[in-house]
Amino acid sequence: MIARHPLLRRLLEALLTLLGVAVLVFVMLRAIPGDQVTATLGTEAAALTPAQRAALEAYYGLDQPLPVQFLSWLGAVVTGNLGASQRTGQSVLEMTAAALPVTLELAVLSLVIGLVLGVAAAMLSASRPNSARDAAGQAVGLAGLSVPAFLLGSALLALSARFAGYNPNAERFASLTTDPGLHLQQLLMPAVVLGFGLAAPIMRTARSALLEVRSQDYVRTARGKGVGPRRLALRHVLPGALVPIVTMTGLQFGYLLGGAVVVEQIFSVPGIGRQVLLGIQQKEYAVVQSTVLVIALTFVLVNLATDLLYRVIDPRVRAS
Amino acid sequence: MTTLVATGLPAAATRRGLLRRTLASRSGAVGAVLVGVIVLAALAAALGLLPHDPLAQAPADRLSGPSGAHWFGTDQFGRDVFARSAAGAAASLLIAVVAVAIATVAGTTAGVAAAFFGGWSDRSVLGVTNVLFAFPPLLLALALASAFTRTWLTVAIAIAVVYTPIFVRVARGPVLSLREADFVRATTVLGFSPLRTLARHVLPNIAPIVIVQITLSLSWAVLTEASLSFLGLGTPPPAPSLGAMVLEARVLATVAWWTMAAPGAVIVALVVGLNLLGDGLRDALDPRNGGTR
Repeated sequence: MIARHPLLRRLLEALLTLLGVAVLVFVMLRAIPGDQVTATLGTEAAALTPAQRAALEAYYGLDQPLPVQFLSWLGAVVTGNLGASQRTGQSVLEMTAAALPVTLELAVLSLVIGLVLGVAAAMLSASRPNSARDAAGQAVGLAGLSVPAFLLGSALLALSARFAGYNPNAERFASLTTDPGLHLQQLLMPAVVLGFGLAAPIMRTARSALLEVRSQDYVRTARGKGVGPRRLALRHVLPGALVPIVTMTGLQFGYLLGGAVVVEQIFSVPGIGRQVLLGIQQKEYAVVQSTVLVIALTFVLVNLATDLLYRVIDPRVRAS
Repeated sequence: MTTLVATGLPAAATRRGLLRRTLASRSGAVGAVLVGVIVLAALAAALGLLPHDPLAQAPADRLSGPSGAHWFGTDQFGRDVFARSAAGAAASLLIAVVAVAIATVAGTTAGVAAAFFGGWSDRSVLGVTNVLFAFPPLLLALALASAFTRTWLTVAIAIAVVYTPIFVRVARGPVLSLREADFVRATTVLGFSPLRTLARHVLPNIAPIVIVQITLSLSWAVLTEASLSFLGLGTPPPAPSLGAMVLEARVLATVAWWTMAAPGAVIVALVVGLNLLGDGLRDALDPRNGGTR
């Protein structure tokens, strides 16, 4: 092995994975019925003479062998050319630069809500295992696992419109700089929906981790030394259970990015998920291709960051 | 991992015990009842045994609430919501079962082969797995579903691709340690073919965790199918699907709550049931909970 250092190896692995991701995205879009010519011209493509079609195919580079097409696409992507929307002519890079921050903001808000809900429910459950408290906490966890985001979002919208006449998302999406108050209101409901779904796996992981830590010797020692229950739970047990909780949270980032497609659609939030869905609906394959690639890249980077975070919170990993 | 080896149980002998133990736990029993009721209703819908046709319109009866004639009320075209929910559950279940079946066979085979033979086969399987894991699950299903002409089978395949790597991981880990176990090494010394060793000595040992994973994956597959239908990329219309019903109900829910509540409740009940059944199975299969004999 060239890369002996675990960090270097992890980086190399991430790079290889990204290359694989690019191949898969490329192949997936090749599988779509109809090529770029048909996608651009629609039914008019049938009226093309063979010579016209050949000229158009040469223009889009479709007459080249597939590996060459792949490499030229990859080269363009790496240099920041993500293609452009056929309909509006706007470059996908610009569209992504506007949409990605909205989705990341939504993701961070959801993470905060999911962590607070999930860890609180877990601490409640683990504080007295197999009690009514535990059952209630676990029921919340099961509900978060079983109620899909599209259902919770649709129901929330219907309920708040029916009983409170409140729907900030009916208005045009406000940017953080021009109208921060409305902007936050518009992100709150989607973040609650995503956060609720996130709370479930966090709760389950945190509960079993907390229960395991609680039975360890150092916790018993602390209790024996007279540490109060609140301080014991927050200062002794919780930090010991942090590694599995962080792992689970990092793993759930993929759920967040996928759920963003659903939630952004329901609440009309102009994020990256909506960009993919609109691209699919409008058959804008260049947009779909590049946006899916950007999302996968974000996901791989977050996973890498989670791995690095272990080194910060777990001294045992740092030492090895 | 030693516990796994210790449970090297002759699978057939304990199968009946497994079912009994699963149903004996509260979560297993509740899960079995929930799933059973929905499967029965779905079967009735698929066989045309319900009093109403899920596609039959009755304009005079539009948006009427739940009643004796229409248990879950009717929708904006006067179609029976119970019949539609049951038919939607049938479509969801068909796609979920086919998707998980493909994922189980493909993922387990790849995972077992990777771990058992090691070397390049292991590295290439892991590489593909890592690539598939690099996509958010729903996004991958969405992109795959949009890449093909939409039929229920392509939707099932799209979902299967997403869940295959999970089975690779679930199968690979235990096989890595089983490979080094004495009773497996002994088969090599005795001159058994690798295939026989795999089939008779390795597979029975990973069966329990694969079974649990199947139940959990079914619940995720139901959710994924419903989400895809909600986004307009799942079960093709006019066949009713639970996700598309919730989508249509978004504009109706303020005046006719049952149009959203009924398909929503069916989805949640099905997923809760599958999860509880998975929990029950896991407890029943865990040797630490009362032993396997």
